Amino acid sequence: MTETLAVGALLALLVATAIAIARLRNLFAVVALTGAYSFLMAAVLTALDAADVAMTEAAVGAGISTVLFLGALHLTGALEAKPAQRPLIPLLVVIGAGILVVYGTYGLPGFNDPAAPIHTHVVPRYLQDGPRETGIPNMVTAVLASYRGYDTLGETTVVFTAGIAVIALLRRRRRPKDGEGKR
Amino acid sequence: MNRDIILRVVSKLLIPIALIFALYVQFHGELGPGGGFQAGVIIAAAMVLHALIFGLAAARALVPEWLVETMVALGVLVYAGVGVAGLLLGGNFLDYFVLARDPAYGQMRGIFWVEVGVAISVSGVMLKIFYVFAGRGRALDDKP
Repeated sequence: MTETLAVGALLALLVATAIAIARLRNLFAVVALTGAYSFLMAAVLTALDAADVAMTEAAVGAGISTVLFLGALHLTGALEAKPAQRPLIPLLVVIGAGILVVYGTYGLPGFNDPAAPIHTHVVPRYLQDGPRETGIPNMVTAVLASYRGYDTLGETTVVFTAGIAVIALLRRRRRPKDGEGKR
Repeated sequence: MNRDIILRVVSKLLIPIALIFALYVQFHGELGPGGGFQAGVIIAAAMVLHALIFGLAAARALVPEWLVETMVALGVLVYAGVGVAGLLLGGNFLDYFVLARDPAYGQMRGIFWVEVGVAISVSGVMLKIFYVFAGRGRALDDKP
């Protein structure tokens, strides 16, 4: 009961933060609020017993990406330009898409439903045989690194590729010396 | 920012704790929450804090660019290397059972090294992205 209340309050705060982010024009405040958004999200995930994801959200979402956003603000301005016209059509599209998504959730199994397909397919096998087969008490680690080792290798390769792409795009080129015609 | 004594002292206290917590998350990931990705991100965040407070030049002196760029590739190599080790020992790619005589111990050994690879790559990529971003506008460089 308390947990439901806490999660509900946190989700309400998330909505309020998102609305404030959309309305504000001062980008410094927006960056600060996205950091707050990430911390709220981490709190929600902690309440849902997803400590691994909460840790990542707090460190990446609130920590590193806030710093990267601040670095980007240093390169641009700190004030968002006013839109040329009132964005009514995009607003309608977003509201319509949101209604569709909410409508879609009615087709999903209920939250915490033990009969949901995800809980009846492979999860029982992981829970029963995982500790014996891998000798590792933390089920998340066992699934991530052993049962789904190929997926995690793929994810690590994605991180690697993203890093290489950012290096290729943003690495500071040597400034051409005066007199050289290169741009 | 580097003249503010409160920030300097507090971050001097915080950075070692963050790094030790990262190691705890890394090597305790089999028992508690966490693992390679979380540990790598926490290491990178601690280094970013160091760069923010003491300047980008100091951070680059501590963790130089060549090391970060090597880490980006080394982590994936370690991970894939565990897979190849399984192949060489007569199993399948990423088969941990053959890594030790006792299959369960082989699992633990394989997972340990895989997580080490993830942590190396993730912290390398995060730090590298921060370095190239911060280096562009000379945003966080030490003032002369």
